[in-house]
Amino acid sequence: MTDFTLNGITVIDTFAEAFDVAGTALIITNDTAKWAMIAAVTMTGFATSVIGCGAEAGIDCELSPDETPDGRPGVRVLLFGFEPNGLKDQLLKRVGQCILTCPGTACYAGVDGPHKIKLGGAIRYFGDGFAVAKRLPDPATGKGRRYWRIPVMDGEFLCEDYVRAVDGAVGGGNLLFLGRNHAETLKVAEIAVDAARSVADVILPFPGGIVRSGSKVGARTKGMMASTNDAYCPTLKGRAGSELAAEVGVVLEIVIDGLTSRSVAESMRAALHASTEAGSAHGLVAVTAGNYGGNLGRHHYHLKDLLSKEPASEAGAA
Amino acid sequence: MSTLTLRQEPPERLDLLNINPLSLGGLSEAEAAKLPVGTSRRGLTLGDCFTIRLDGSDTLTIEGGSSRLDRVGASLDGGTIRVEGDVGQRLGAGMAGGTLTVTGSAGPYSGSGASGGTITIEGDAGDHAGGAVYSAKAGLDGATLVIRGRAGDHLGDRMRRGMLLVGEAGAYAGARMIAGTIAATRVGDHPGYGMRRGTILAGATGALSPTFVETGTHDLVFLRLLARSLRALSPAHADLAAGALKRYSGDLATLSKGELWVAAG
Repeated sequence: MTDFTLNGITVIDTFAEAFDVAGTALIITNDTAKWAMIAAVTMTGFATSVIGCGAEAGIDCELSPDETPDGRPGVRVLLFGFEPNGLKDQLLKRVGQCILTCPGTACYAGVDGPHKIKLGGAIRYFGDGFAVAKRLPDPATGKGRRYWRIPVMDGEFLCEDYVRAVDGAVGGGNLLFLGRNHAETLKVAEIAVDAARSVADVILPFPGGIVRSGSKVGARTKGMMASTNDAYCPTLKGRAGSELAAEVGVVLEIVIDGLTSRSVAESMRAALHASTEAGSAHGLVAVTAGNYGGNLGRHHYHLKDLLSKEPASEAGAA
Repeated sequence: MSTLTLRQEPPERLDLLNINPLSLGGLSEAEAAKLPVGTSRRGLTLGDCFTIRLDGSDTLTIEGGSSRLDRVGASLDGGTIRVEGDVGQRLGAGMAGGTLTVTGSAGPYSGSGASGGTITIEGDAGDHAGGAVYSAKAGLDGATLVIRGRAGDHLGDRMRRGMLLVGEAGAYAGARMIAGTIAATRVGDHPGYGMRRGTILAGATGALSPTFVETGTHDLVFLRLLARSLRALSPAHADLAAGALKRYSGDLATLSKGELWVAAG
């Protein structure tokens, strides 16, 4: 195995291993961009890991009034779960507790797909029989869209009847940044996060897009599904199994979920290039990726396929 | 484009239920001429009344309308019918899809039971446009009915879903409405009489039923969506939805989940 060099930074010849997940998108609007963002941030809170939180969620992008169904400022959020049923449960809880409750907010389907998830049609029961449905033609497509109008104390909560979950969503694309000290490595990771988020249809669900507690499958403690990725813990350097060179003092990881495999690959590509371009100035030692030997996840994103700025062919093939 | 040209005012009412682009598509002009359209013992056929020119396309133009042409485009499920002139009753009744345009005026019960497609009447419409015929469960049932001129009384009576746009409407617009949306620059007395659900948007109204209560003015997201949906059909109606409106809730004598929005002036 020969490692590569990109912008003077070592790129380990390995791959990120990612999984098929169920994914959906919502468009949240409000009278002001500020309140649309408040609703989106609240709804996507405590959603870093599908194992511990039930879902992975994050903000894909802000939308101008021209891009939303009701002509108000909006935010597009993505939500991922293991399968459509689990996703539905999380979607209802999060919309019910965070969007319905937020002043002025309305909620629409943000992606088309084969799996229908009832949303407004379920939340309408909060309306205690006073809610009404309204089907109106979508000016963009001419097709009817059905909304529920639920009376609330500031007027009405308007919510689309159902949303769609896509096939082909991928969770767990990742990159690990091996740096010399915390502050500088964090800067590199932040630059990588900005680049990764510039690609559409992806989220980085961890705090600020960055995770410090990368994990491995299983543990020495019985019953633990996952435990710390000891091979990349700098305080465990020098032991058998450590993957870290002597000069590495900090490792930070970014994790990417996307509605398509291609969006995850392109997001990783953008992050890899941005991080290595900035890496020399911030003491970055190497970039690598996390995997479980290739046996758990169907999607393998080889870093060697991401070295060119433009995709040569379909990366992250199954 | 296939064309039927009316030779003269028909001697009786004609039933054009089975005259549409799909049914004429596989026929020769001679075969089409034998299709029965009469409603009396005369046994009138299409060829007796119209000069027929068919080319197998999904667009049919009927030149020279008459208020005796009943059920034009009834049960249409695709394609386009354009009538240059007037039509009689039940225009597009039970229509499921396609486009139906009348450059003149239409008789009563236009769009009754229509579940899909778009019906446009450039002139006026008779009573019960988008309304239910006797014993029918519903009037307009999902289609879009646009009346550029004036509609008679009982517009959208027992309408169940869909969009109904009209210039002006008579009394009892949206009476017994089950659901759906009516937008009008003006409606007559007692709009929404007995309505269960649904939305009536009007620039002005006649006398309101006492079983409607004012809920005030509201800046609802729904109105934004409504205005956007109306914009493609009629900018004037879209402007009405986007303007200042007063809301009435009713009919409290029934389910009371309907609403009447009236321009606040």
